[in-house]
Amino acid sequence: MSIRTEPVTMNVGPIHPSTHGVFRMRVTFDGEEIIDVEPVIGYLHRGSEKLAEERTYTQVVTLTDRMDYVASMTNNQSYILSVEKLAGITPSPRGVWLRMIASELQRIASHAVANGFLINDLGAWHTPLLYMLREREKILEMFEMLCGARITNSYLRPGGVFMDAPDQFWPALNRFLDEMPHRIDDIENLLSTNEIVLIRTQNVGVLKKDECLNASITGPVLRASGVDWDLRHKNPYDYYDQISFSRPLGEIGDNHDRFLVRIFEMRESLKILRQCIENIQPGPVRPKEVPFLVRPPKGDSYVPIESPKGELGFYLVSDGGVSPFRCHVRAPSFINLTLLREMVLGDKIADLFVTFGSLDVNMGEVDR
Amino acid sequence: MTKVFSGEMIRELIDDLEPESVVSTNNDSVHIKSESALKIFNELKNKENCQFDLLSSLTAVDYIDRFEMVYHLTSTVHNHSLVIKLICGEGRKEPKVSSVVSIWKGADLQEREVWDLMGITFENHPNLKRLLLWEEFPGHPLRKDYLR
Amino acid sequence: MNTVMDSVVFKFIYCHLVSSNECVDSFRILGSGFISEKYSIIGFLITSLILILILINGALVGVLALIWGERRLIGRFQARLGPNRWGPWGIFTPVADAIKVMFKEDISPRLSDKFVFVLAPVLMVIPVLMIFAVIPFGKATFLTDLNVGVLFILAITSTNTLSVLMAGWGSGNRYGIIGGLRAVAMLLSYEIPMALAAVGVILMAGSLSIIKVIESQTIPFAIFQPLGFLTFLIAATAELNRSPFDITEAESELIAGYMTEYSSMKFGLFFLGEFMATIAASAVIVCLFLGGWRGPEIIPSHFWFLIKWILMICVFIWFRATFPRLRVDQIMELAWKALFELTLINILAVAILMLIWPDPTILELWIMTGINWIIFFVSLWIFGKLLGPKPEQKDGVSRKIVLQK
Repeated sequence: MSIRTEPVTMNVGPIHPSTHGVFRMRVTFDGEEIIDVEPVIGYLHRGSEKLAEERTYTQVVTLTDRMDYVASMTNNQSYILSVEKLAGITPSPRGVWLRMIASELQRIASHAVANGFLINDLGAWHTPLLYMLREREKILEMFEMLCGARITNSYLRPGGVFMDAPDQFWPALNRFLDEMPHRIDDIENLLSTNEIVLIRTQNVGVLKKDECLNASITGPVLRASGVDWDLRHKNPYDYYDQISFSRPLGEIGDNHDRFLVRIFEMRESLKILRQCIENIQPGPVRPKEVPFLVRPPKGDSYVPIESPKGELGFYLVSDGGVSPFRCHVRAPSFINLTLLREMVLGDKIADLFVTFGSLDVNMGEVDR
Repeated sequence: MTKVFSGEMIRELIDDLEPESVVSTNNDSVHIKSESALKIFNELKNKENCQFDLLSSLTAVDYIDRFEMVYHLTSTVHNHSLVIKLICGEGRKEPKVSSVVSIWKGADLQEREVWDLMGITFENHPNLKRLLLWEEFPGHPLRKDYLR
Repeated sequence: MNTVMDSVVFKFIYCHLVSSNECVDSFRILGSGFISEKYSIIGFLITSLILILILINGALVGVLALIWGERRLIGRFQARLGPNRWGPWGIFTPVADAIKVMFKEDISPRLSDKFVFVLAPVLMVIPVLMIFAVIPFGKATFLTDLNVGVLFILAITSTNTLSVLMAGWGSGNRYGIIGGLRAVAMLLSYEIPMALAAVGVILMAGSLSIIKVIESQTIPFAIFQPLGFLTFLIAATAELNRSPFDITEAESELIAGYMTEYSSMKFGLFFLGEFMATIAASAVIVCLFLGGWRGPEIIPSHFWFLIKWILMICVFIWFRATFPRLRVDQIMELAWKALFELTLINILAVAILMLIWPDPTILELWIMTGINWIIFFVSLWIFGKLLGPKPEQKDGVSRKIVLQK
């Protein structure tokens, strides 16, 4: 005698404790197994691209902060690089080193948040999350020294950065660089060999190597599947060609690989920070000849950078005025959602959230 | 360092693949005819010396008298990139382009967003629905003539 | 009248602290003291009700202490202070919690099944209170000495399942139903290892009565039967819906599972029931496995019970703070493929050992303990190999991440 079953369609609503931000999914499942996932986005759409057409080039920097609100510095960096290419501005060296330092610190903070919330979704009742947030606190205090704001920084300007680092910044940075490797080792030892974490994350949410590039997946997700493509290496911007670091590559492309890749990338960022501190020289942080109101000549530019979530680029079109004619954001979290359905089909409900968390999606960037 | 193709180099490349399809050449990009777009993209993705396997970005711009689509392509194999633009339809009425989802799956969500905000229709797109705004929203906000 | 009341109160507290059997007689005597002979049973009833009242209030105060203790202890695990605002060291925090829960709006969803919806939290709390009736808190301090005490406790914990199912169904909400059904599957699966692990204890004690179980623990059964202790501990964690088995209230997946639609005092009752079950389960584990109130005579037996009790509760809080959650199918696998077999091995080992040495001296007890520990390690190693990750899948160890220069 067979039991009649029917699939259930459930709405994992926009307000949910473990979808990071306002994200809605219509999930159909049969028992525990997922048959269909349809993501519905747009709950955080603020029309940033249209707003950018009304603001001057420097004012748009504040808009870019709020897109991926967990990683503001890299958003700023991508936009400013596009503006500099469009307007033909050569940035001053000290400004470039400072913005590389800010970027790498932001990368560590963003990966800490991503990993912490991933383990939180597994159910570990905030304990590893709080350990990671404790480290992020130190980074946010350093950002406060640099520019006065912790999260939405608006630190970068065309030509460099907005303000030089105060004296108390460098000892704080050195202290951070001394302590952080031990903390990362702690987290790795605690979690990477924990039985429960291993059986929950291994072979779950597998993303195969040959599908990734076709779906324009970039960032740690791509590297965890085994494809060696990191824009800091292949297409260096700022002074990344003067710095040596390695990039971690995964094998299978499941949740566990993505988790480990982010932890290893945190260590690589520490290496980059040490080299930046050695190379930085005193000097002005912005060239004096850059005007406040930047008026680039007609044309367009697109400079992609490697943000913590993937390839982030701003496509700017200028018509000679003080505002961009068109500002389009190539948002990595948005495009990484393309393969969400293929990754979770066949897994159980509990795995849906873990897979989604390991993609490290930020709704501010998805919806803009 | 990624080698960026200049406008002339792109024109030579495309002339090899599909002659007479380049409309105009700029400093760092070319405009191609929208009818031959799909064929050119297919060749660009699969041909040995091109192998543009990563569609970096797909977007649309509303110049007041026309709509233009902009494609940024990158090759992870050869580490070079190029920019291709194409003009959609005649003037501003009913812009239509063929969809490249069959070539790069990453174009899926980006084309839906362009339809949603700019109003350019993509033929042969599997699921052309509004993405960021709700279904009954009137108009296409990113157009220059959209009144707030 | 005052002197009579004084003597009544003094006598029943005194006799209860000394021995319960004498109490029954002295109740009749008391009863006959100030009511006539044939109504002495009324005196018995009144004093029993007062004692029950004290016990229930004690259990509720214990719940308050547990709420405070858990939040502060988990806070310390997470490198932060717990709540420390209300009262010294925050001890009035549970009072603030209770007031908050009481003042919330009591929402009753339209699609719910009203009778079932209201009855479920009540059904959660009341059976748990009954467990406290059979637990001895000290040398001769207990409400009653049932001669089927262990069976009574195992039966009571089964009603937990029914209450969860009623809560899930009565909510009329998809999240609730799914949560309820998952909970029922898990709770039913884990009752079997729990009961079978208790069987190992009963075999050694020779009786189902808890007093006899405690009296026969010259070596605590946690040391004597490590396999039984471990399986009972894991099964009890699952029965309590606590981490790592808290799929029913998995906050990050189904919001609050079967409790989603509950608010105000009904939610308060669920909360209460869950914490009271934790305390009760700790008390049961102390009685069955850790030797109850037994200990060297330097401090009174009540303090030994209290210390062991608090230690057991801290172990449960420790589990909650450190382990992530297991997935439902992994939980079922653990219950049916591992714990069930391990309890059977335990019963077999204990039974054979009792057959070989029917009346053991202390030395023979320690030899039996040693044999039990060898069986413990060997069987865990075997099951680890059988159920653990297969070597060709490269699981179980950290993946190798290639660092590309």
